[in-house]
Amino acid sequence: MDFNLLYNFGRYLMLMSAAFSRPEKWRMYYKETVRQMHDIGVGSVVIVVIISVFIGAVTAVQFAYQIEGNLIPMWYIGYIVRDTTIIELAPTITCLVLAGKVGSNMAAEIGGMRQKEHIDAMEIMGVNTAAYLILPKLTAALIVIPMLVAISAFLSVMGGYLAVVPTEYLSSSEYIQGVRAFFVSYNVVMMFVKSLVFAFLLTSVSCFQGYFVKQGSIELGKASTNAVVYSDILILLADYVIATLLT
Amino acid sequence: MIKTENIYKSFGDHTVLHGITAEFKAGKMNLVIGRSGSGKTVLLKLLVGLLEPTEGKIFYDNTDFGTLSKKDLRKLRMQIGMLFQGSALFDSMTVEENIRFPMDMFTTMTDKEKLYRVNDCLARVSLKGVNKNYPSELSGGMQKRVGIARAIVLNPKYLFCDEPNSGLDPKTALTIDELIQDITEENKITTIVNTHDMSSVMEIGDHIFLLYQGKIAWEGTRNDVLHSTNEILQDFIFASPFLRKLRDAAIHQGKSI
Repeated sequence: MDFNLLYNFGRYLMLMSAAFSRPEKWRMYYKETVRQMHDIGVGSVVIVVIISVFIGAVTAVQFAYQIEGNLIPMWYIGYIVRDTTIIELAPTITCLVLAGKVGSNMAAEIGGMRQKEHIDAMEIMGVNTAAYLILPKLTAALIVIPMLVAISAFLSVMGGYLAVVPTEYLSSSEYIQGVRAFFVSYNVVMMFVKSLVFAFLLTSVSCFQGYFVKQGSIELGKASTNAVVYSDILILLADYVIATLLT
Repeated sequence: MIKTENIYKSFGDHTVLHGITAEFKAGKMNLVIGRSGSGKTVLLKLLVGLLEPTEGKIFYDNTDFGTLSKKDLRKLRMQIGMLFQGSALFDSMTVEENIRFPMDMFTTMTDKEKLYRVNDCLARVSLKGVNKNYPSELSGGMQKRVGIARAIVLNPKYLFCDEPNSGLDPKTALTIDELIQDITEENKITTIVNTHDMSSVMEIGDHIFLLYQGKIAWEGTRNDVLHSTNEILQDFIFASPFLRKLRDAAIHQGKSI
């Protein structure tokens, strides 16, 4: 762990201010953004589907186990699965997983470019490398990750259904009754706020780790690992802050 | 013409360059030679602005590089081409996309014009028909040539080459050297080449600087190299036992080197 926090935080802020500069050519940035959207979105959809279905299924089964024989009606399972996934599990777990998949990939990609002098080559051409390499990734992540989180929330509710209805914990209509009960649309807003903040954190931190990588494969591995570790820590911290502020 | 005035460069406590003052001649092949670790790459990175000097100034045609605004710096950089030691071709792009990249980024040329220019540059480096290949599908020598094609695509005024023939066989290295020399002469480019390859020094060096422990230890033309009495230069040129034997044999037989 690098404890030189202030120094790195300063470098992070400077990199971000350079990244938010006016693009040299919008068309090139647009092309790169679309490529990144494909990589982040299509490349992550399978893992998001798998974890989401299981998150919903496990939440439903465990809640069913806890309320069985109590006075709480069983249709509450649908309600609990819906709200826990929308408010917490879909944005947080999805982004933690994406930090591992997308974040490490970004750090390794940019770090590899630094080590192979691709970034130097672009700098000499006059390209603002901070902007060209980071801004499209950030834009793509801010568009695609909330979509993935929405898919995750929907599939978690479906996962809950698949776990408790065929196993006859409760009937299909009871589960749907629970899912439709006490719906607060503000929770969906909170989900999107979280997913946007987490998307920004995991992308910017990962790009930062890759951009300043030193020479050697060990350093590249370290940057990739740090990208995941720091992103995860910041996501959990931001999760707490957002939960405190928005509830 | 590129000029440096009393350039110092330190990394922490370690000073790599100690007061480099040099004038790289316009339209010529300027070679910076020296042992590994003598500061050649640091000097080159300072000249292209990848590093900032700790002290001293760099002039491009009497314009102080350090005082340029961002806009002017970008303009100047469009006049700079650079060939990297490892070619630095973008792996995820084809040869054509690599060469097109500077045009895509900075010009308003049409796709047809860009393709024409790409093919023109590829023909110039004798590499026709590899447009759709990826860098990983090319040999080291071919990658260098693509690197040169990318470096010259915007018709630069200044060309920098960092060890252009490292890792290449002698014949391919010679081809690359000749190519850089021809391009320099045809387009009247100011070319600066970092090398420790003696064949390059003798074949293409119009003006040569020997860097030793971060200082310029010798300066001259390729014709001056063999006749110089500078010990550091002689040690560098005749570093291999084979060349030393040849030199000693020649001296023994009373012949000139």
